[in-house]
Amino acid sequence: MKFVDEFRDVQALRRLIQTIRQRASRQWSLMEVCGGQTHGLLRYGFDQELKGVVELLHGPGCPVCVTSIELIDRAIELAQQPGVLVTSFGDMLRVPGSRTSLAQAKASGARVRAVYSPLDAVTLALQNPREHVVFFAVGFETTAPATALAVKQAARQGLQNFSLLTAHVRVQPAMQSLLQAPDNHVQGFLAAGHVCTVIGFRSYDELCRDYRVPIVVTGFEPLDLAAGILACIEQLETGRHEVENRYERSAVRDGNAPAVALIDDVYEVCDRDWRGIGVVPAGGLKLRNKWSRFDAEQRFTLVSQPTASCLRCRAGDVLAGRLKPRDCPEFAQTCTPDSPLGAPMVSNEGACAAYFHYGDWRSNSATLVRPTDVTVP
Amino acid sequence: MCLGIPGRLVEWLDRDPLLARAQIEFEGVRRVCHLACVPDAEVGDYVIVHAGVAISRIDPKAAEQLLVELRSLGEDIVPIEEPDV
Repeated sequence: MKFVDEFRDVQALRRLIQTIRQRASRQWSLMEVCGGQTHGLLRYGFDQELKGVVELLHGPGCPVCVTSIELIDRAIELAQQPGVLVTSFGDMLRVPGSRTSLAQAKASGARVRAVYSPLDAVTLALQNPREHVVFFAVGFETTAPATALAVKQAARQGLQNFSLLTAHVRVQPAMQSLLQAPDNHVQGFLAAGHVCTVIGFRSYDELCRDYRVPIVVTGFEPLDLAAGILACIEQLETGRHEVENRYERSAVRDGNAPAVALIDDVYEVCDRDWRGIGVVPAGGLKLRNKWSRFDAEQRFTLVSQPTASCLRCRAGDVLAGRLKPRDCPEFAQTCTPDSPLGAPMVSNEGACAAYFHYGDWRSNSATLVRPTDVTVP
Repeated sequence: MCLGIPGRLVEWLDRDPLLARAQIEFEGVRRVCHLACVPDAEVGDYVIVHAGVAISRIDPKAAEQLLVELRSLGEDIVPIEEPDV
């Protein structure tokens, strides 16, 4: 595939890895923000190849993982109401709420369906006028234009039977709260290439200046990841802390103007409870009042209350980069993708699932269960 | 979640600013995608599609520049041969 295959050139990657090893005079701690990048880094063995040079801290960039238990419970509650169909991305359906997941609720008779796009949910609403279609809108700024577009298309088509259960999260406030934590040891960030494609990266200047960390906008293919790491190391080795773009083919400084306009028209910033992390000030997006007729939480009476996470699951420490999944006592013992204690083991982008599928934990113990074969997009 | 796939625009279907749609080809497979965020894309351009919506038009020059730069790095390093499995 063009713009994919050439960024998977193994020989160039090997040389880049060697260049990174030569450039680093010591070990640096870098955090990749996006869960897609976490999977890429582990899949291509960066953690092994760069041992002693780069410690990879895996960030909170898996929206499915940080969606609160309360919101999952609300989605299930909606799906149990007569005449309501709840739709969302496939990943979201498997994440446990306080009692069950949406997928388990479906098996018990609730109306739930996985869709590829929020616009497909609008089409379902058009085709099924007697049914109310809710889209459970999870995702970072990358996904917000798609759900905003869904609301505006539904409005244009006069749909009365479509609404959103909004769980959108914003990356930058989460990065800031990580940097403010007393035990923070992130020295540089690989910023999420597609979030920056949508909203740009101008606002990172402040973070770089205030916390003296380099932030490198990074893509997702192996050469992109290596280029991002190299740029970050070069900055650290020369005492710089700037925003740098290594995903120039997609991301520009001010982002995508029509996408930003869509987000601004439909959403406003709100505080958001991140699963495992807690309330992140300005960490979410909610529908503006003028779109409240598309707000499922206003259309329906819901009673789900905030619920504490599973005590044994250390997802909060994993999502903040404080704990490597393989160091969690439950990892691959009581917690597996087939029987997860927490969201990072469920989602295709969760750090625990990435370690389970690609990590080297298997060689450490003969008692561990075997991983299942999965296809990660 | 933030997965984005590059695809080639093969045919515009609707250029209404809100309902903009086009046929996008991904390795021979065509899918109708929403193009409200890349209204200026033309047939033959590559776009990155996330959740059915194109979020950017790929800049081929920027892609080529990065590849040239990365390939030139470490050219003096003797590549390690892939071990036989």
